[in-house]
Amino acid sequence: MTAEVQPSESAAAQDPGLWDLFLHFMLISAVAFGGVLPWARRKLVDDRRWLAEREFLDTLALCQFLPGPNIVNLSIAVGARFRGLPGSIAAFLGILGLPCIVVIVLGALYSRYGNLPEVGGGLLAVSAAASGMILAMAGKIATPLLRRRPVEAAPVIVAVFVTVALLRFPLPWVLLTAAPVSIGISWWRRT
Amino acid sequence: MKGSGVLTALAVNFLILSLMAFGGANAVIPEMQRQAVEVQHWMTGTQFAALFAIAQAAPGPNVMVVTLVGWQVAGVLGAIVATAAMMGPSWAVTFAVFRVWDKFKYQPWCMTIQNGLAPVTVGFVASSAFLLARDADHDAITFVLTAATAAVAYWTRINPLWAFAVAAALGVAGVV
Repeated sequence: MTAEVQPSESAAAQDPGLWDLFLHFMLISAVAFGGVLPWARRKLVDDRRWLAEREFLDTLALCQFLPGPNIVNLSIAVGARFRGLPGSIAAFLGILGLPCIVVIVLGALYSRYGNLPEVGGGLLAVSAAASGMILAMAGKIATPLLRRRPVEAAPVIVAVFVTVALLRFPLPWVLLTAAPVSIGISWWRRT
Repeated sequence: MKGSGVLTALAVNFLILSLMAFGGANAVIPEMQRQAVEVQHWMTGTQFAALFAIAQAAPGPNVMVVTLVGWQVAGVLGAIVATAAMMGPSWAVTFAVFRVWDKFKYQPWCMTIQNGLAPVTVGFVASSAFLLARDADHDAITFVLTAATAAVAYWTRINPLWAFAVAAALGVAGVV
């Protein structure tokens, strides 16, 4: 997240309708290369003023805690807040519709031209870079966690990595074992 | 082969993944890859890495890799089934939670659960990076690309899309 916290408490001049929700989440998805959240913040807080900075951060914090992509959860939450069930569906279709069409077109191009050595080489290189980006993401979540709660967090991180990445255990088993244990540790060592 | 059996398999797989995707789709990449490549034999590891690369380089949330896997397996219908299965349950959970949110927003047990889930998420995401790198890094140059992108994305605020552009250019030029 960006550090610029502006006092935009004067928020929401007018509540958005269904079409506004659909349109503006679609516009967010269209420009959001390499990380959607900074764009979403700019649009929702600075540009449309649907949310105050504080509301945006609170909503985002809860979205990170729920299953599913943060930005998609955020669209559902914002849509539901202003227009209930129809609003959440409008915002959800807005954020996912266009990217779905784009990737299917790219996928079709890949299946047509994927055998060309240039395309294969290009995609291999991009996937090498993309895996580096995921690694950085793991590092970014891990850093504050390890600084704040090293004794509790480190063993869980290592155990999950070994079972998932090296031993290739099915994820549901690992999650159903590791999550209760880790939440138990977190409760036992609560501050 | 592309009958309702495949669509059912897609739906069941992604329904299960949906509820485990704490921290987003990147957390369940290891399981998605295990199912698609090793269990269901829908594609090779290299194909999976290529689809992942396409999803990352395209605009929008990174969950788009799900749409692509569905599309690769069973065409447009597969894409729709996979995306709906992946997004449906988390849509329902998010909607339900935000209806009652104000009641438990600042409860201490909420923090406890969050503190407990965070290291599990880190383990999942780190595993995703490891497994994707294993399929993509065939030589020293691809390994350096992975390491350099990780370093740039971790220590700087440069848009990672630049790393993708450089990587793509090297790949197309035949360096990789």
